[in-house]
Order: sequence, then structure tokens, then C-alpha cells
Amino acid sequence: MRQHLFSVLLIPFFLLLARQVPSGNEILEKVDRNMVSATKTVVSKMVIRGRRESRTIEAKSWQRGTSETFTECLAPAREKGTKMLKLKDMLWTYSPSTDRTILVSGHMLRQSVMGSDLSYEDMMEEPRLPKLYSATITTEETMIGRPCWVLDLVAKKEDIAYHGRKIWIDKTRYVVLKENLYAKSGKLLKTMEVRDVMEVQNRWVAKNLLFKDVLKEGEGTEFQIVALEFDPAIPAYIFSKAALKK
Amino acid sequence: MIVFLLKGLVRDRSRSLFPIVIVATGVMLTVFLHAYIHGAITIMIQSAAHYSTGHVRVMTKAYSEEADQVPNDCALLGIDTVIVELRRRFPDLRWTPRIKFGGLLDIPDDRGETRAQVPVFGFAADLLSHESPEWKVLKIHQAIVRGRVPQKRGEIVIADELAQTLSVSPGQTATLISSTMHGSMAVSNFTVAGTVRFGVAAMDRGTMIADLADIQQALDMETGAGEILGFFPDDVYHDDRATTMSAEFNGRNSEPANEFSLVMGTLRTESGMAEYLDLVGMFSGIIIGIFVIAMSIVLWNAGLTGSLRRYGEIGLRLAMGEEKGHVYRTMLAESLMIGCFGSLLGTAIGLAMAYYLQVEGFDFGSIMKNSTMMISDVIRAKITPFTFVIGFLPGLIATFLGTAISGIGIYKRQTAQLFKELEA
Repeated sequence: MRQHLFSVLLIPFFLLLARQVPSGNEILEKVDRNMVSATKTVVSKMVIRGRRESRTIEAKSWQRGTSETFTECLAPAREKGTKMLKLKDMLWTYSPSTDRTILVSGHMLRQSVMGSDLSYEDMMEEPRLPKLYSATITTEETMIGRPCWVLDLVAKKEDIAYHGRKIWIDKTRYVVLKENLYAKSGKLLKTMEVRDVMEVQNRWVAKNLLFKDVLKEGEGTEFQIVALEFDPAIPAYIFSKAALKK
Repeated sequence: MIVFLLKGLVRDRSRSLFPIVIVATGVMLTVFLHAYIHGAITIMIQSAAHYSTGHVRVMTKAYSEEADQVPNDCALLGIDTVIVELRRRFPDLRWTPRIKFGGLLDIPDDRGETRAQVPVFGFAADLLSHESPEWKVLKIHQAIVRGRVPQKRGEIVIADELAQTLSVSPGQTATLISSTMHGSMAVSNFTVAGTVRFGVAAMDRGTMIADLADIQQALDMETGAGEILGFFPDDVYHDDRATTMSAEFNGRNSEPANEFSLVMGTLRTESGMAEYLDLVGMFSGIIIGIFVIAMSIVLWNAGLTGSLRRYGEIGLRLAMGEEKGHVYRTMLAESLMIGCFGSLLGTAIGLAMAYYLQVEGFDFGSIMKNSTMMISDVIRAKITPFTFVIGFLPGLIATFLGTAISGIGIYKRQTAQLFKELEA
């Protein structure tokens, strides 16, 4: 009788516990829902720390879904007017000084964006992680004072820039606070650490983060979000090659 | 006495013809090989100096550590000041800045879209200032295949093979897509002024040459250059002088904590040719050494054969009372005459062959087409004053040694046995 009572009391407890700890893939879905919107505009600053000096590049991006992005550099003067258009798996860049639109492809995709630690390949990546990776929760840790799940991600397909990822996700805000990117060999390639977060339209997003290519010398590239708006109205022509020359 | 011996040699050809042919052949090979090796090394050094490292080159320490990867983020800045200082300290050298870069050369169609695109390796040199030594160094005028040399800003020349791949002609626009020294994407338009062929496979596959100021602007490195090259006034690499200069310069500018401090490297160390040059120098010595030894053995053998053939003659001379020493000495004198004549003949033939190769050259283009080394496709021999004498002494020594060794047999002849031998 006592054994029976014990089981009756404990089983619901464990069921409740099981419901409270979502699976790795469920966590990734929630991260996606927090991050992805129908449209988005972002004004950002990218601080690139070179061997000799630091440079700050300001840009505004217009995004539709996850596969269409138009970016225009606002500063410094040399980069001002440089535009980039990403449509699905194609990326074009427009240089105002030459009035040329160049398709970025092949090995150019591995080049650094404006000298930062970010490559064009990184820009081209599908941001919806559940589509690309299988996730498992490995442990729990605290990042910038927030309790996090630590997830190990393994790529579902071979043709992918980073075969493995380790990500730290805020347990309640579902924002990624830290990320390590690995090659198939297990070698650490890049790291990302969020330094500050902000709430915009009931979503938590990274406000300031440091992206570091560990194979490169230097202190990494800092991204700062200056302004962010979810679901603004964006004219359709923005996501066309014609917009590059405007 | 000499005339007597000479008459003997001329009249009895069996005594002289074979040794002369052997000596002449050996000397001819030595002279020809020396001229060929010397020519090949000279061309390699010149190509490496002109298109890659100069006779000496000044860079930042950080750039020199990864020079093969052309790290323009570590380029020299404020090059005008550096060049003024270099000209003051080493006034006899010609100093000129260069920027090497890689990227894509993109040819637009009528709508400005990419029509053709290929990877390109380029270098920027001072092509537009009057005092620039680059025209003599790069010899662009001689290399022009179509069009003309750059005459104003924004003009480039590209390898003719590259132009054919891209289907681009002089006068058309080409866009260089590269990286600035800060790592941003650099996109710049140029006009193709002409196409060139340098006869260096590594360059003729995909090189563009632009003016320094244009590339400084394109790669966001105003007042900067990857390297400053120094050339000796006679355009010949002097390793001792270059090494001394480099040691002096590096001693003065050494700042271990500053990765952008200046360093000077020499062609020998910078081109990666140090071991190769040592090896080639060693092989030249070995070739001559082997020749002397091999010829000595052959001529010793010939001397022995001759001695056997002249066994009766030597025996008769000894029987008639001629001293063994005198016989030996006359044979040595004969060998010197043969050596002298064979060496002269061999040197003349070797020089003629070397001269032909110096003028015509030997085209290795088909073998070198995948080479990444800055070596000319056409290897030519080079005749120097030393080429005239290099075969003579070994030719003389080989003949002399051969006779000296085989002639020792004279001293072993027993006078008491001579008549018996003659009777037999």
C-alpha cells in the first residue's frame, strides 16, 4: 500500500518535471520564434579591431523572413553607399565608386566582411537552427547573470559551414547568450558572446555582442544594435537588384 | 726540343688524335655546362629580383614573417619618408615601392553584370613617375603583346593569356575585386591599356600590373606599400654586399617589441633560393671535379694504351742510353701539348655551343606551365670571362695527370731486359 502511494505521488511529479524541461529542439524552436519575424529593420555598428587600428562601420539592414536581406553602409565615408543584397542563397554587393554589382560566390564567400571576423558565408547562413541541426541539452550554466541551457548541436547535413555548435540559451528569454562554432574535426572556429541584451516589442535580443574568429589574430568584432524594429512595412522593391544602384 | 716533340705528335696521329678528342670533348662539356648553369642561375636570380624580392627588400617585421601570404594589413606606411632615408643611407641602390595583391578580375557586360571573372595575382609599381626605375626592371615595353603600356592613372596591363581567357581587349574596363589593407572588400575599375607576356609561367598565367597610386587608393593604403625593393646599379645580385647592408640595417632598426619595425631581407633569403643557389654552386664544383677525375682516368688508360703501343719505342730509347727521367719528361711535355691543344679546341667548341644557347635560348615553357616559381620559361647560357678559362686548366691537368700516372711504368723497365724484349 505504501509502495503504491509512493508511486502515485512520484509519477505526476516526474511527469511535471519532464514537462518543465523541454527538449533541445523545442528550445531551438522557441529561440527562432523570439528572433524571426516577417520583416525587420536593424541599424547597427560594427567595431572592427585590426592590428593597427579600430574601425567602426555603421549599417542599416532591411530583412524579410530569413532569406532576404538588404544592407546599406552608412559610415565611414569610404564604405558609405556600399550595399549588399541577399536573396536566398545568392549574395550581391554594390560598390558606388565603380557602379558595379558583384555576385559574391565561390571562395569570395569565405572572405571577411569589411575586415571583420564575420565571413560572407556566415551572412549567408540559414538562421533557423532547427532546420540545420539536431540539439541536445548537455548542462546548465549561468551567463551574464542569467541561467542558461547549454545545447550541443550536430549538423543534419554535410554541406554546412559549421558542423557543430555549442550554444548557451537564456532559460526564460530564449535568447542565445554564447555560441561556439566547430569544424567537422571538432576544431573551434568562431565564438560569439553576448555582452548585453534588450527588450524590443516583447522580444529579447542581443544588444551588444563580440564575434571572434579564433583562427585570426585580433580581439574580435563587436556588434552593437543601435535601433531595431520588428515587423515594419518594407517596400518590396528593396529586395531587388535594382535597389542596389538606387 | 718542343718543335721536335710537336713534329712527332703531328706526324704520328695515333699518338695525339685520341687524347686530343677526349680532352676536347671533356673541356667542351665543362665550358658548355658552366655557361648553361651560370645562365640558368642568372636568369633565375634576375626573375626573382625583378618580379619578386629585389636584390634587397625592406618590409615591416610582421609582413616579413608572412611575406608569402602578402599580408597587406602589415604593410609599410609613410613610404616616402622611408625611401628618402634608404636613399640617404644606401645611395648607390635604386629603391622602389611595390604592392602585391591577390583578387578577382571581373569583366562587366553591357549592363554592368559579371561577364567573366578569374583569380588574379597582381603587383603595383611606380609606373608613372619619370625617375622610376621600374620600366628598366619590369621591362614592360618589351613584354607588350597588344595595346600599350599604362600612361595615366587607372590603366593596367594584364597577362595576354589572362586577357584571352577573359576575352578582353585593350581599352576595355576590368574591375579588380580584392581586399583593402583593413580587410574590407575593395572594388575598383581599371582600363586595360595593354596585354603582356613576360615569359615567366607563374606571371603569364594570371598577372595584372597597375600603378602604385591606383592600388594604394583601391586597397585603402595611402602612403603605404607592402615592400620597398632595392636594386644594385649593375642589376647584378651581390650577395656579400646585400648581406652586409641587411645586417647593418636590421641592427639599427631592430625593435623586438614593435611588429611594424622595419627589416631588410636579401634576395638570397627572401626568395627561398638560398639552399638552391648553394646546391647549384656545389654542383658546378662537383661537375668540374668529376670531369678532372674522369678525364684523368680515361687519359691514364689512354696513356697506358699508348705506353703499351709505344713499348718498343720507349725500350729502344732506353736501350740507346736515353735516361728514364728524360723519357718521362718528354712524355709529360707531349701530354701538356696535347692538353693545351685539346683544351683550346674544346673551349672553342664549348663556347660556340654556349653562344648559340645564349642567343637562341631553350624554351622550357611546356614544362614550366604549372610552375609557381618566378623563373623565365626560356633558359639561356651565359658566357662570362671565366667561361673562357674554366675548361682549360682541368683539360691540361687531366692530360698531365694521366700521362704522369701511366708514365711511371718507364721507371719499372729493367735495362738488362731491354734487348731480350726487343729481340722478342
